[in-house]
Amino acid sequence: MNVGYYPGCALHGSSNDYEQSLRACLGALDVQLDELKDWICCGATAAHSLNHKLSLALPARNLAMAERDGHQQLFAPCPLCSMQLLNVKKAAANEKTRRELSQIIEADLRGDGQVLNLIQLFENIGLDRLKSAVKTPLGSLTAACYYGCLLTRPPDVVHFDDFEQPTSMEAVVSALGAKTVEWNYKTECCGAGMTMASEETVLDLSQKILSNAAEHGANCLVVACPMCHVNLDMKQAAIERHYGKKLGMVVYYLSDLVGLALGLSAEQLGINRHFVTKA
Amino acid sequence: MENTSLTQEMPKSLQVQIPGHIDPAKCYQCGKCTAGCPVSARMEMTPSQLMRLVQLGQLEGALRSRGIWECVSCQTCSARCPKEVDCAGVMDALREASLASGMVAPSRQPVVSFQEAFLANIRRNGRLNEIELIGQFKADVFFRTGRPAFLFKDAGLAPQLSKRKKLHLVSEKARDLKIVRRIFARCSGQTEQ
Repeated sequence: MNVGYYPGCALHGSSNDYEQSLRACLGALDVQLDELKDWICCGATAAHSLNHKLSLALPARNLAMAERDGHQQLFAPCPLCSMQLLNVKKAAANEKTRRELSQIIEADLRGDGQVLNLIQLFENIGLDRLKSAVKTPLGSLTAACYYGCLLTRPPDVVHFDDFEQPTSMEAVVSALGAKTVEWNYKTECCGAGMTMASEETVLDLSQKILSNAAEHGANCLVVACPMCHVNLDMKQAAIERHYGKKLGMVVYYLSDLVGLALGLSAEQLGINRHFVTKA
Repeated sequence: MENTSLTQEMPKSLQVQIPGHIDPAKCYQCGKCTAGCPVSARMEMTPSQLMRLVQLGQLEGALRSRGIWECVSCQTCSARCPKEVDCAGVMDALREASLASGMVAPSRQPVVSFQEAFLANIRRNGRLNEIELIGQFKADVFFRTGRPAFLFKDAGLAPQLSKRKKLHLVSEKARDLKIVRRIFARCSGQTEQ
């Protein structure tokens, strides 16, 4: 299986452990990532906060390049990137907007391609196939599946799962033999792009998420977003210092768990490069 | 990209362009947006109060508020609104207008500095250069607030990131930088270069 791949800036920057995990895990499932050659940044929070038109034009360029290169499906492992791409699809349904965007980006935007997040990619591979490929069931893990903001919101843009009580990630994790917990913070925000600019916001929100997962009996957290991983893993030591409590919560990318269950090592998946490495 | 201008009587610099799919008049002040907002406790003016100011056309208070820059864009308010008002979209429009009219709350300047440095970085490189972004952001905050400690606040993380092969001293750029600059120019209403 071959899928168009939009990595986004984070996966080619300090979240390159996420890309390592994806390539190792998907390679073992015989999924080839065909990276979009001409990709540019989607503008992220900065564009939609400061310049509405730019927040449509930048991802529109990426979507048009994917369409030009013949990708029927574009996999965007960062939920902010994938939400921005889907937002363009929604906007392009208006013919006047579609034409205006096409002019701005100097390419014909159709907006008819499919955009996939990581959970959807595993669903397309097939949970039965995943289940039968498991070599090392993850029976020792009790996972809190954390969706964050943009995998399920805005619901009229992303059209994915239940935006208050999603269960699609639990289905993947259960197929690997791990247990999952019911908890309160699966779609609460971790502070996202405020990591640098407003650290106290991130410490506050991420502390609540990590603590709630622990209180409900989880021994690890699972994410499908590079920013969530930064705030919950890299900032965890700062959270422990700030609130004077020990958390020690390992934060896995969803692809880490699939990879481990398929028999790959922590080193192959880049798990050894996380900040919190032992529960 | 149809926009409604709420503020015909205001000076041009104070106009807020609310995207066409949003009708702030539909808000009946139930407060569900504020109740679900993860950062409303940090705001001096909550999402529902900001919506009310927009309804009343009292925009200066909204544009000068800290609240619009405390918002983390998590979309919970919009997803839960019983009247389907895209409150997060209103926050975006308010931020854009606050910056354009020079009304950014001084205490939230670091958030704006970060986002401006981010966009300048993308305009230059097409793809984000993290080290350059951090440098520019810190220099800008130092220049505006005179707080030197801020410059070194995260310096302890650099060796830890480096050990984990997460720091890239040489960053990649987009293949076609000229198209990136032209897109930025068209979206910023500048003449093309």
